[in-house]
Amino acid sequence: MSISRRGFLGSLAAGASALAGGEAHAGGGAAKHFSGHPGSRGLLHDTTLCVGCRSCEVACAEVNGHPAPEKPVGDMTVFEQDRRITPTSYTVVNRHDVGGGEVVFRKHQCMHCNEPCCASVCLVRAFTKTPEGPVLYDPDVCMGCRYCVTACPYYALSYEYDNPTSPTVRRCTMCHDRIKQGKDPGCSEACPTGAITFGRRDELLKVARERIRKHPERYLDHIFGEHEFGGTSWLTLAGVAPGKLGLHEGATHTSLPEIGTGFLSVVPLVITIYPGLLAGFYAFSRRKERLSEEKARAMVVEALMKADDETRKKLDAAAKKAKKDQERSIGFAVKRALKEAEEKWKNEQEEAGSAAEGADEEESK
Amino acid sequence: MSDSRQPGGSLLTPFNLVTGLILAVGFGVMALRFVKGLGATTNLTHDYGWGLWIGFDVMAGVALAAGGFVTSSAVYLFGMKEYRPIVRPAILTGFLGYSLVVLGLLVDLGQPWRLPYAFLVRSGPTSALFEVALCVALYLTTLFVETTPAVFEWLGWKRWRKLVHSMTVALTIFGLLLSTLHQSSLGGLFAITPTKLHPLWYSTYLPIHFFVSAVAAGISMVIVESMLSHRAFHHKVELGEAQLEDITIGLAKAGSVVLAIYFSIKVMGIALDDEWALLATGWGAWFLVELLGFVLLPCVMYAVGYRERRPALIRITGAWTVLGIMLNRFNVSFIAFNYALPAARRYTPHWMEIMVSAALVTLGVVAFRWIADRMPILHTHPDYKAGH
Repeated sequence: MSISRRGFLGSLAAGASALAGGEAHAGGGAAKHFSGHPGSRGLLHDTTLCVGCRSCEVACAEVNGHPAPEKPVGDMTVFEQDRRITPTSYTVVNRHDVGGGEVVFRKHQCMHCNEPCCASVCLVRAFTKTPEGPVLYDPDVCMGCRYCVTACPYYALSYEYDNPTSPTVRRCTMCHDRIKQGKDPGCSEACPTGAITFGRRDELLKVARERIRKHPERYLDHIFGEHEFGGTSWLTLAGVAPGKLGLHEGATHTSLPEIGTGFLSVVPLVITIYPGLLAGFYAFSRRKERLSEEKARAMVVEALMKADDETRKKLDAAAKKAKKDQERSIGFAVKRALKEAEEKWKNEQEEAGSAAEGADEEESK
Repeated sequence: MSDSRQPGGSLLTPFNLVTGLILAVGFGVMALRFVKGLGATTNLTHDYGWGLWIGFDVMAGVALAAGGFVTSSAVYLFGMKEYRPIVRPAILTGFLGYSLVVLGLLVDLGQPWRLPYAFLVRSGPTSALFEVALCVALYLTTLFVETTPAVFEWLGWKRWRKLVHSMTVALTIFGLLLSTLHQSSLGGLFAITPTKLHPLWYSTYLPIHFFVSAVAAGISMVIVESMLSHRAFHHKVELGEAQLEDITIGLAKAGSVVLAIYFSIKVMGIALDDEWALLATGWGAWFLVELLGFVLLPCVMYAVGYRERRPALIRITGAWTVLGIMLNRFNVSFIAFNYALPAARRYTPHWMEIMVSAALVTLGVVAFRWIADRMPILHTHPDYKAGH
């Protein structure tokens, strides 16, 4: 399957990864793999240190000017239901029952993918993966199609459905403004247990590996976000499998834009092949039509000619017959005329005879 | 029904009352959406960015409007002249269908006035949706031009009619090209969601599934639409009952072949991804309902209808196939989408969403009736009888 997909990859798919990866990777084409901007920032969430205090939620609300979480820090009833990201809470901590009476808290928010789906599916390119790490969104061009909401594998985006005329997509920005000022993101700064660490992504990976090496009994040898779907800026460390924490178990290392936009490379092919091919079909059907028309015409001509022959024969026969008839009728007429003439002569003779007798009688008287 | 169309006849016919009511409620909801927002009028959530207005108005709408390109290609490119009488109504249905798709989209978009931004401000060519938007915009224009000869004949603009008529083959090729691209890309929209769409429906070949099923939908819609217009406009149609039956039987043959291809590639999709075991699950049962009940069954019914020359069976099959393609688009866009989410987070359409979709369909029927009543759609204009 993946081989045929590779075959499908072309200019547009390469464009997709170039878009996500920035200009530096534009020349790579399908053969190159993008694994993040060098020196980009990220965050590491060590779920084994997280106690579910939700200080990060409070800090996030403060930084982004959102109302404080409904239930205060320390109120554990909030975990009774699974919560998700909304326009006024860019991050949520959920409690996951991992079996054996054990629970694990995991903070959820935008993962800031190396090759974000949201950026690849946006038809106005409202999303950009910055070299610093955060995926940013430009609300000024967004038309609100919500393809990004549909496409995001992490359910990390929310939309302002209650805003009738100017709704926008809402999600974590990795506190891009604070990062630019040299500060840490709100959540990592507020975390009292050190469960959230902010830093260069490549260094965070080293930190995570070191922790796994030192405490193999505590951690699963897996850093979620290192490779999943091409990697993310958010990294998650845990003692249980990702599937138990609402993350993707055994996710592919191929980015979703690479999987999901490869077919677009067929578009230029269709545009270039179709007109000629279809004009060819049209020419074939016209030719067939013309040939059958010609055949029909030839048959008509042949039929006419055949008809002509027969007519001529008939005419000849008729002419001969007419001639015979004529000859016969002439002979007949001659005979009749002769007969008539004979009769006439006889009558005249008789009349002349009787007239002479009468004259003789008168003369004798 | 024909009473309402007679000049000076009463407007208060049952048909007008029902359509008027649906349109009033539907347009009321559309207005409410721009006053109160999508949240008040839809059941959309942060998990479901797309609901009925995308699943039906756009996904199903575009597939069901495929009859235009299917029939015009058959007649003008492949030389199947006997289907000429159904091309005009099919193209009109297509044009109205696509217009309603765009109208539905404008209601669904958060900020619809920014729709041109994709072409004028900043373009995202890596998005399947960009391709769909561009193709739909161009194809709607193409369909509009293809509809104009009927309008020009009605208006008596002979030179314009002649001009457009001379472009028929070029327009048909352009329409088939654009349809191939956007019908398939609508399926391609979901190629990026392998984690969210149930594996039985997900395939990297979704674009091909969507294109082939759109051809089946187009053929089936033409069968249904030609029967309905034949009954509703019996005093206008010049096509005899026997001739329409011949056309219907011919379309059934095509429908059967296309559905057989569609069935094969769906089965092939399962085989390629080795998903046989999933068929034994609850989702598998639902998938089999669609695959056996709405693909294989109509495929066989079309074949029987063709062999035994049974137009009534073919027409029922046409309607059944239309429902099947709609079911497929619903499955892909919201039923089998987010299949792993708990029941509380799953989507069912709000009644207001259903009313807007119903109003769009009604508007299409009313517009078709208005146009077919006036323009030479179901019959040839007396001036052009010899032109064919």
